Amino acid sequence: MRPFDRYARRKLLSRIIAVLTGLCVLAVLYPLVSIVYESFVQGGAVLFQAQFLTTVQPLPCSAISCKTVGIGPAVQGTLIVVGLASGISVPVGVLAAIFASEYRARGLGRAISFTADVLTGVPSIIMGAFIYGYFVIYYPQIALSFYTGALALSAIMIPIVVRTTEEALRVVPNSIREAALALGISKWKATLRIVLVASIPGVATGVLLAVMRAAGEAAPLLFTLGYSTLWFQGMNQQGASLPLLIYTFALSEAANQQKVAWGATLFLLILILAVNVVSRLAIHRMRVRMGGV
Amino acid sequence: MDPSTPSTSSSSPAVVQRAPSRARPASRWPDRIFFGLVTAVGLSVIGLAAAIVAILVYGARYSFRVFGLSFLWGTVWSPTSNPQVFGVMPFVVGTLLTSAIALVIAFPLALGSAIFLTTHAPRWLRGPAGTAIELLAAVPSVIYGLWGIYVIHPYMASTIEPGLKRYLGFTGLFDGTPIGLDVLTASIILAVMIVPTICAISRDTLAAVPQAQKEAALSLGATDWETTRVAMIPYARSGIVGGTMLGLGRAMGETMAVTMVIGNTDRIPTSLLSQGQTIASLIANELLSNSGPLQESAILEAGLILLVIALAVNVAARLLVWRVLKGGGGGIVE
Repeated sequence: MRPFDRYARRKLLSRIIAVLTGLCVLAVLYPLVSIVYESFVQGGAVLFQAQFLTTVQPLPCSAISCKTVGIGPAVQGTLIVVGLASGISVPVGVLAAIFASEYRARGLGRAISFTADVLTGVPSIIMGAFIYGYFVIYYPQIALSFYTGALALSAIMIPIVVRTTEEALRVVPNSIREAALALGISKWKATLRIVLVASIPGVATGVLLAVMRAAGEAAPLLFTLGYSTLWFQGMNQQGASLPLLIYTFALSEAANQQKVAWGATLFLLILILAVNVVSRLAIHRMRVRMGGV
Repeated sequence: MDPSTPSTSSSSPAVVQRAPSRARPASRWPDRIFFGLVTAVGLSVIGLAAAIVAILVYGARYSFRVFGLSFLWGTVWSPTSNPQVFGVMPFVVGTLLTSAIALVIAFPLALGSAIFLTTHAPRWLRGPAGTAIELLAAVPSVIYGLWGIYVIHPYMASTIEPGLKRYLGFTGLFDGTPIGLDVLTASIILAVMIVPTICAISRDTLAAVPQAQKEAALSLGATDWETTRVAMIPYARSGIVGGTMLGLGRAMGETMAVTMVIGNTDRIPTSLLSQGQTIASLIANELLSNSGPLQESAILEAGLILLVIALAVNVAARLLVWRVLKGGGGGIVE
């Protein structure tokens, strides 16, 4: 065989691989397209009804009424439990990241960022199980409440906030720190008022991603926040949440509740995908800007 | 804090006299307090990790006292018998089986996509396609579950599973009724969920291959695919393996989607079409509705086992990925 033919064959193989790997991408993206498409088809008409977000979830269809509105309590419960979880996890995560990044010379900083890294790999259901395991022994009366729900979600959020904040802090050029310290500003002020402020876009996107992750978590809430169909009844009571509403209504026999599950899915999906796309763009733009300093 | 260093605070008059500078250095106490604060909070992250382990161990002690090590290989999970018997084997098998199948399905697709995105894709496509794949990781588990029940499940039951049974039934892997809510469906959903993890890390490590190494292969006349094969994959290998293990870790801990499609039966699956239960779905289904302290303790012990497996996989994976992205790994050296 002449060398030319062999080269042509090698070229052809390379082309075939290019096509095959391209097909891989299409296969991988199919579920995303399918999920978004099905959510719109099944849940679009439901979500865009008046009062879908402001009324209680329906009972299974009966002779008297057959409604497909209502995820109000679930939206309210998710807002409260995620808000409380953010209130815990954002300060903790940001301060821990400051230690890991700004006092990195000490080996402890590295240990903390490695721990946070490993914690992001702990299954979310374990985060719920250990909170439940603690409260059911020591404070059984609030084992199922907004408090435990928020604690479980913060256990999930803290490692994410630590990792993303740390990365955002590391993007800040060292010359900024040195300039601040050279002016005689004390380290804590330089860290909080200059370095942290410079990295706020990165920190904010990290926090947003963590919030969105927590808003979609169902598994740890099963035995921490519990389940409810009512409006907020108090912090020490069980509460409603969007993910558990989807879970319960997806397994429901009643067609109207399944519709509501799709409507809630579409709502959550739009929120999560929008925040993800926007924050990814923000991170990208920040990298470009910092690179230009 | 060291007493031998001269104090710069105003508490010592001798120092003030010796250094009567107008721009007096700021007191060091706020710095110390701040350092103390961030240290304490930083340590609390390690404390969180310790608390997870400690509480699960503590919760598991009753079950451990009753069953000892036989919990690990016990194949019967029976909260209704008298006395109650709990063995975790059905769920360990369920977890490992679904994750393994998910990995077999996801790995080629994810690696193929990563290769396409680093080598073959036109430049304008790389960013958007990569982002779209990463978005798959942001979709909540419960939404995959809903999609699994209403979109994948009917298709599995009507088309895929009868087909597999007809053509591959002789292997015995597909015994049972093809109802679509079983180990195979759960594995497929898991595969979809772990593809973005494997793909993103494989892509990052492939992109971290030094330009010189690629150009060396190209300058010898290698085609795109040959460059990928000889110059990029060997260099990025431990990162790809690490990303795959991260995906494996995610598959093993994934709860809601699996719970919704695996059929939830407390027995060892006998074929890919039989119902099963993973450790995660066991916790989701039975922790709250437990029949008493012994079952609760047994479930927490199962959780501890899941944690240990997931942590081992994760730590190993992180170490592998770190090595490549820090530039430590290399195909040439090997």
